[in-house]
Amino acid sequence: MAGLELLSDQGYRVDGRRAGELRKIQARMGVFAQADGSAYIEQGNTKALAVVYGPHEIRGSRARALPDRALVNCQYSSATFSTGERKRRPHGDRKSCEMGLQLRQTFEAAILTQLHPRSQIDIYVQVLQADGGTYAACVNAATLAVLDAGIPMRDFVCACSAGFVDSTALADLSHVEEAAGGPQLALALLPASGQIALLEMDARLHEDHLEQVLEAAAQAARDVHTLLDHVVRQHVCEASVLLGD
Amino acid sequence: MASVALSEAEKVYIVHGVQEDLRVDGRGCEDYRYVEVETDVVSNTSGSARVKLGHTDILVGVKAEMGTPKLEKPNEGYLEFFVDCSANATPEFEGRGGDDLGTEIANTLYRIFNKSSVDLKSLCISPREHCWILYVDVLLLECGGNLFDTICIAVKAALFNTRIPRVRVLEDEEGSKDIELSDDPYDCIRLSVENVPCIVTLCKIGYRHVVDATLQEEACSLASLLVSVTSTGVVTCMRKVGKGSLDPESVFEMMETGKRVGKVLHASLQSVLHKEESLGPKRPKVGFLG
Repeated sequence: MAGLELLSDQGYRVDGRRAGELRKIQARMGVFAQADGSAYIEQGNTKALAVVYGPHEIRGSRARALPDRALVNCQYSSATFSTGERKRRPHGDRKSCEMGLQLRQTFEAAILTQLHPRSQIDIYVQVLQADGGTYAACVNAATLAVLDAGIPMRDFVCACSAGFVDSTALADLSHVEEAAGGPQLALALLPASGQIALLEMDARLHEDHLEQVLEAAAQAARDVHTLLDHVVRQHVCEASVLLGD
Repeated sequence: MASVALSEAEKVYIVHGVQEDLRVDGRGCEDYRYVEVETDVVSNTSGSARVKLGHTDILVGVKAEMGTPKLEKPNEGYLEFFVDCSANATPEFEGRGGDDLGTEIANTLYRIFNKSSVDLKSLCISPREHCWILYVDVLLLECGGNLFDTICIAVKAALFNTRIPRVRVLEDEEGSKDIELSDDPYDCIRLSVENVPCIVTLCKIGYRHVVDATLQEEACSLASLLVSVTSTGVVTCMRKVGKGSLDPESVFEMMETGKRVGKVLHASLQSVLHKEESLGPKRPKVGFLG
């Protein structure tokens, strides 16, 4: 990787983090009043909003209804001003469709869909600013939104990305690190059971290193879980104070 | 457009209330809801603003990109509007569902920003060759009535916040031109938004009209008049929207109200924007976390 040193000799990354360190995460649940559930998350400079509607009746064609479980419908869109170069369309391009599909797979694994047969759950994610790790930010925001909507889940879904530079695994890649083109792994974890809801890797990586990278991503996802758990507890505390309990 | 279903009794309640100058949320007919404005919320844009008016939530990002001026206006830059009705606002907007409304709003914005609202000449870098194109992207996050007014306030706030880097055109002996960016990141062009109009939407409910209607009130209204007013009270654009019809007399009445309300709206928006600006770049950002 010419030009840019992603990991210094002292073990610091471009933005001053250690290899396994996350960016600052700030989140809030219940951003919008009209939706059934909503959440906002900031992971460093990556900002995402998630909104959940449902479970409700199937919209559109009845033929899509599943007799034994709920249909999880996801749409990913990213604001036209979210990236460095302006995007022409917020959604409907190939990357957004793929992202929507990945989110759907992730949440089908986590939501107890068999409790709501013949109904539909909509999860809409909107990226406001993209600075690496958009998939992870979307999953984390959507988890909070689903929890806010009160839809039963097996567990939190916590996602994090990881990369591999100079035989060290880096957790939570920023845009600069992603753009450098090294191997990149996206992991969505159900932290309590340690089950993997989604795993995806692009670029080549030696088999011997996979475990190390996977462990870095899993550890980062567990760290994210601690933070999200704190956000949820705080939100519930605030809500119960408002309700006067 | 996002709408709510109201029963006949609810409608009667709202209509009778409006006739007594008392609306469901306690406002009078010419009162706006509480408006929250914050600028500079998305850091990778040239300018951005988020405006929340009741349950209506709008985020606007302005990005400046270099391009070639239009043939008919060789020494001016231009603005491009795009409105994204995201599925966040309502599931109806999923996929292509929000495109119609988005195009309608974008076209209205084009019409309002046609001439003399922004100094387009300052966006020109070298005539016929280079100019700044300002992409004004509106993102609709939640829809709680009175979209047009909110969007217009947000666009104005975002343009106020916009900073375009200053560039110089250097010409060498052979006549080839070179564009040089200023070294100082704080050396930038600001747009004057003094002449940018605001839209005031007046909803006809029963015999009276109200400003800043909520979704419930919009459901009771047959037709509304959209008036764009500058800070001096000059009407620059007018449009009737909605499925019903309006009689000419009430159009003039509504225009007068629009002018009056618009002037007050401009004054308070200006003061809020200047107050926020005076807090400096170190001001704590609230964004969606507040």
